[in-house]
Amino acid sequence: MANPLRGEVIRLYKNLLYLGRDYPEGSAFFRERLKSAFMKNKDVTDPEHIKKLVGRGEFVIKELEALYFLKKYRAMKKRYYDPET
Amino acid sequence: MSGRVLVGVKRVIDYAVKIRVKPDKSGVVTDGVKHSMNPFCEIAVEEAVKLKEKKLIKEVVAVSCGPQQAQETIRTALAMGADRGIHVEVSGKDYDNLGPLHVSKIMAALAKKEEAQLVILGKQAIDDDCNQTGQMTAALLDWPQGTFASEVTLEGGKVKVVREIDGGLETVKINMPAVVTADLRLNTPRYATLPNIMKAKKKKIANVKPSELGVDLTSRLEVLRVDEPPQRQAGIKVETVDDLVGKLRETGSI
Repeated sequence: MANPLRGEVIRLYKNLLYLGRDYPEGSAFFRERLKSAFMKNKDVTDPEHIKKLVGRGEFVIKELEALYFLKKYRAMKKRYYDPET
Repeated sequence: MSGRVLVGVKRVIDYAVKIRVKPDKSGVVTDGVKHSMNPFCEIAVEEAVKLKEKKLIKEVVAVSCGPQQAQETIRTALAMGADRGIHVEVSGKDYDNLGPLHVSKIMAALAKKEEAQLVILGKQAIDDDCNQTGQMTAALLDWPQGTFASEVTLEGGKVKVVREIDGGLETVKINMPAVVTADLRLNTPRYATLPNIMKAKKKKIANVKPSELGVDLTSRLEVLRVDEPPQRQAGIKVETVDDLVGKLRETGSI
């Protein structure tokens, strides 16, 4: 499996795995989902399709970062600021 | 103008962790507990990095006081875009007694040593909630301060700071060098991603001892006791309106 996109896919996986450490339901929960999501597409060989899937992974990274930010922001707001504002 | 900004970052127990008090009431349990950068410090780092990206300043220096693990927090700041770090090594008993006064003395000494133009700090840390370090740093340096900033703009040699105050916003214009403390709404801090953390390993972290800065760490405060907040009473369900009215009468609410 000497696909030229192999490195990119592995990098994506590592980045997601790192992000998963902060996942609210726990990193084990996240890792399981992450692995099954990658394994589901393990037989994909078409480079165009792989690129599309990697793009979706990048999108998930953005979503996770936004999720973590919002979670923290809400927690801070709840703790330190008036509930009405 | 040196174009250098000093940013203070504090390593605290992660905001999502449930805090437990030690059985002997001397403090809270910190061993084996997840730590991360204080959320308000993240906002301060983000603001400094943003100023650098706009080319208004030249260098962002992240400072943290604490034991060896404080370097991880500095590393996070470097991954967010700070240029280099200064780790002021404080450990053991000194670290337990380290308070805002000591940290502000250290920050003031470093600001002078590095010829900083601006010091940006988080308005408070989520562990001790002191909200004093920025104010005292400004006082020790005899620099103007813009606290609780929700907007910061550099205009020539001045800083325009929009401050969050009770019931509204206040805009102040202060001369540089100055001290600014970040409030929650100042910006949205970026996430320190894995590739950036890896890249940050190449950036330098200088190691400094408080004694080299001429700061005395003897504490004038003594912690007598740390208690958990009172437990909230569980609620009850009532079947009918009459029950509700009866219960309210009992408690004297009506």
